[in-house]
Amino acid sequence: MEERKEDKKPKNRVKMREQDPLVRARNFMEVPYGYTPEEAIEEASRCLSCLNPSCTKGCPVAVDIPSFIKLIKEGKFIEAAWKIKEENALPAVCGRVCPQEIQCESLCILGKKGEPVAIGNLERFAADYETEKGEIQLPEKPKPTGRKIAIIGSGPGGLTCASDLIKSGHQVTLFEALHKPGGVLMYGIPEFRLPKAIVGKEVDYIKKLGVEVVVNAVIGKLYSVDELFNEYGSDACFIATGAGLPMFLGISGENLNGIYSANEFLTRANLMKAYLFPEYDTPIKRGKKVAVFGGGNVAMDAARVALRLGAEKVYLIYRRSEDEMPARKAENHHAHEEGIEFMLLTNPTRFIDDGKGNVCAVECIKMELGEPDQSGRKKPIPIQGSEFQIEIDVGIPALGTRSNPLLVSTLPDLKLNKRGYIMAEEETGMTSKLGVFAGGDIVTGSATVILAMGAGRKAAKAINEYLKWKYWDTSGFAKTE
Amino acid sequence: MFKIEKKEELSDLVTLFEIEAKDIAKKAKAGNFFVLKIHEEGERIPLTIADFDTERGTITTVFQKVGKTTHHLGTFNKDDYISDVIGPLGRHSHIEKFGKVVCVGGGVGIAPIYPIARALKEAGNTVISIIGARAKNLIFWEDKMRRVSDELIITTDDGSYGRKAVVTVPLDELLRENNDIQLIYAIGPAIMMKFVCKTTEKYNVKTIVSLNSIMVDATGMCGACRIEVGGKTQFACVDGPEFDGHKVDFDLLMSRQRMYIDEEKIALERYTV
Ligand SMILES: Cc1cc2nc3c(=O)[nH]c(=O)nc-3n(C[C@H](O)[C@H](O)[C@H](O)COP(=O)(O)OP(=O)(O)OC[C@H]3O[C@@H](n4cnc5c(N)ncnc54)[C@H](O)[C@@H]3O)c2cc1C
Ligand code: SF4
Ligand code: FES
Repeated sequence: MEERKEDKKPKNRVKMREQDPLVRARNFMEVPYGYTPEEAIEEASRCLSCLNPSCTKGCPVAVDIPSFIKLIKEGKFIEAAWKIKEENALPAVCGRVCPQEIQCESLCILGKKGEPVAIGNLERFAADYETEKGEIQLPEKPKPTGRKIAIIGSGPGGLTCASDLIKSGHQVTLFEALHKPGGVLMYGIPEFRLPKAIVGKEVDYIKKLGVEVVVNAVIGKLYSVDELFNEYGSDACFIATGAGLPMFLGISGENLNGIYSANEFLTRANLMKAYLFPEYDTPIKRGKKVAVFGGGNVAMDAARVALRLGAEKVYLIYRRSEDEMPARKAENHHAHEEGIEFMLLTNPTRFIDDGKGNVCAVECIKMELGEPDQSGRKKPIPIQGSEFQIEIDVGIPALGTRSNPLLVSTLPDLKLNKRGYIMAEEETGMTSKLGVFAGGDIVTGSATVILAMGAGRKAAKAINEYLKWKYWDTSGFAKTE
Repeated sequence: MFKIEKKEELSDLVTLFEIEAKDIAKKAKAGNFFVLKIHEEGERIPLTIADFDTERGTITTVFQKVGKTTHHLGTFNKDDYISDVIGPLGRHSHIEKFGKVVCVGGGVGIAPIYPIARALKEAGNTVISIIGARAKNLIFWEDKMRRVSDELIITTDDGSYGRKAVVTVPLDELLRENNDIQLIYAIGPAIMMKFVCKTTEKYNVKTIVSLNSIMVDATGMCGACRIEVGGKTQFACVDGPEFDGHKVDFDLLMSRQRMYIDEEKIALERYTV
């Protein structure tokens, strides 16, 4: 790796200004404000424009990071956004929600001695700048191929695949079960981390490219996959339906009023805008004392939403210690700052009824860490006799999700793995059903936005190959079971 | 956007819409439901598909004005548009030739029991139907129900029409007098379904009920609709809405239906003033 002489002295990262923790904990506005152009240029100037950049290798869709950062350095902000869009159709989203600290930024050479370049912040800046200036550039319309592709699910996987395939000149229809496209970006990730207006704009861009978006279309119910081929006339189909089946704790009292799956709680708040009730019709319980169970990003999101709905106390109850928490460190940090109380090495054992069908308390047991389990994390073991109760009026199990059988159960010829996810070849998304590709959370289980996008992109490439050669070889993935 | 092709006031509280939804009509079967959202700020509510017409491309829904959304919906007229209609959802009814069956519809539940009675009749069953409501002005579809039933019994709580009784009274009599009844279908308020099941349990006759729990996505993604059947948690939207009534925990269902009672009051008051 070459470094230029003049930039020897490492400067610190330009911090992105944020709303004050105690103020933002009571509103749904975005937490960080974004860079000003001056800040963006300053941060971009830290980049060494490595000739053989390692950051790019950490990006699942291989954005040309040094090039877009160089354009920012030169003040060519809109060109920077276009540069990113060559590889990544959703830069305003990724700039906000990608775990850059374990991807591109973790490989940045500056990280060896100091702080890596704030690639995510810069990506967000360029994308927002372009949106604000309204100079959305539409690529030239490709020659129509006359081929039709059906895409099921409009999360990041489906959106990416659609945007790639429309650029190849195919006719692309994106079917979405909910009334709004965007998948988890719309219903799961809260407004203060990813404003819904931004998701809306990204979807609009994909529509402008010519993708037909059909909402309210539950595939498997309204249309079968075979109908998409035979009646609708699709040449290929990409399934990116996500992992939308909530898991519960399986303890007594879990169906009491006031207990929500994280999916329900977040869907009410985000997709249905229940935090604006009664201007919006969907209600949500505004708990005074809320307990969220789990240690991942979804748990953090649920806890922070509960706080913003006016809770006096929000407990985050996790059975291991903070070191084992799967949530992004930055999210843990935000949660701490906002006043969320972490109750670690604690596990719920039952919910208690107030006599009227509402939850009024949760009984928990203390845990200690034993030997590492298969996941390599130390296994939590209950400490006998350490039960205690916490008063709560809302409880939110945020334990992750599983494969939703709604669609796949209608496709007996689609091979699933033991956990119910679709078996698909990693490099192509090819499944056991002719013409059907799959990717994103419905293949991998809950993962990340960018991995779903990567899968959408790979599938788009593979679909183009398939349309050319009509060649279907699934011997590859059969081995991966 | 989904156009309302026809509006009919079936009773003081109950309204019928025929909604243009060609693709849903093509796939709908007795027992399915759909979800609608009336406008941008609206909530998603499930309603049963009471009928469907493949030729005209419409689905029929019958709803009672109870909360804000249904009151607002009641102000919609022919040629108005509903922003979102999603369906057909849920598992459809399992229809075969059972022999003699009884279909019980209470209140607005008369509407969803109709396509099931019709399908059972078409499958060659002997169909005895009982429809009941609080008073005469809440009874509707008497003719339609008569056409698909071998025998139709009407009850009202106040005796203003038909027999003065709740539906379980004639049902009990039927079960006592006919030992060849193979199956009961009951749709109506949770409390009615609960007592229907209590009645039929004595005679050990299988009873199917259709549960109207609170829903959000109605595709199995959120668990808002969870209920307990035989001690196991189930999602009414995808595992149902029809279940073996003898195994359903109706008290839990009723409790969960009341979860937003305060919020519903706020919304309705805000809407009506
Ligand atoms: C609360 C929360 C926070 C998260 N935070 C982050 C984060 O900060 N960073 C990050 O990288 N990742 C995050 N993730 C994970 C990330 O959102 C997912 O990995 C990603 O969205 C998966 O994309 P996807 O395209 O596979 O599916 P999804 O985004 O799940 O979209 C699937 C879409 O398909 C639709 N669908 C399902 N079934 C059907 C059907 N039968 N017919 C038609 N449509 C159907 C669904 O309604 C949905 O809209 C988070 C997830 C959650 C739940
Ligand atoms: S971001 Fe880091 S690794 Fe990438 S080009 Fe700049 S200095 Fe090099
Ligand atoms: S309504 Fe969401 S899972 Fe049934």
